[in-house]
Amino acid sequence: MRIPILKLHNYLLISIQTEIDDQTAIQFQEDLLDKIHKNGSTGVVIDLTSVDIIDSFIAKVLGDVVTMSDLMGAKVVLTGIQPAVAVTLIDLGIHLKNVPTALNLEQGLIKLYQDSGE
Amino acid sequence: MKPQSCVNIKKEWDIVGARQLGRDIAREIGFGTVDQARIATTISELARNIYLYAEHGQICFEVIDTFEQKGLCIIAIDIGPGIEDVGQVLEDGYSTSGGLGAGLPGVKRLMDEFDLQSEVGKGTRVKAIKWLR
Repeated sequence: MRIPILKLHNYLLISIQTEIDDQTAIQFQEDLLDKIHKNGSTGVVIDLTSVDIIDSFIAKVLGDVVTMSDLMGAKVVLTGIQPAVAVTLIDLGIHLKNVPTALNLEQGLIKLYQDSGE
Repeated sequence: MKPQSCVNIKKEWDIVGARQLGRDIAREIGFGTVDQARIATTISELARNIYLYAEHGQICFEVIDTFEQKGLCIIAIDIGPGIEDVGQVLEDGYSTSGGLGAGLPGVKRLMDEFDLQSEVGKGTRVKAIKWLR
């Protein structure tokens, strides 16, 4: 299973719609970095509206992909984290402190746009 | 107490299967979305520990329905290598697999009751209960 990555001008858009297993998460990490490299993308929005569970492994993969993309020069924004997911992440002790977030896809794109000053 | 239902954890995908089943059971009992997520996350952490450290084991669900209270008990059993220092694995940030080390201390916070028994060379048994309020 592969998570589709869509290109929109300088940005990449991802909406995670399926239950993610570990292998899919790792594959996604590779695919995203590859796409950033190929397209020269400057920003990425990962929308998590349909994700109803983020455990410590998936949180690590997401946190890592944000840092990895940052190293490459692309800014990643996570959007649409559900209330129940936010609660469980904090219970787990995972604060994702350096990870940019926004309420929804629209706000995420605005955030990227403002930060890049384009 | 209703009879147990158990899921075998052997492949990585079993982690997903176990947490989906757990969420369904939690929903049927009447847990709200936040507690459903807590329960599903707990199962995911416990099942991953089995997969990572013991290779195979079981996640069992027990619906507790007595006159006084209702809840869901999750039991994770494996006959893996066991845990040498139980205190250490309950510390935030401790991991031997390059993970965040959030799993077991996290499960303790996600659930209402938590019990960990482990013997080196014999295996590990984790029991966690969430009460319906």
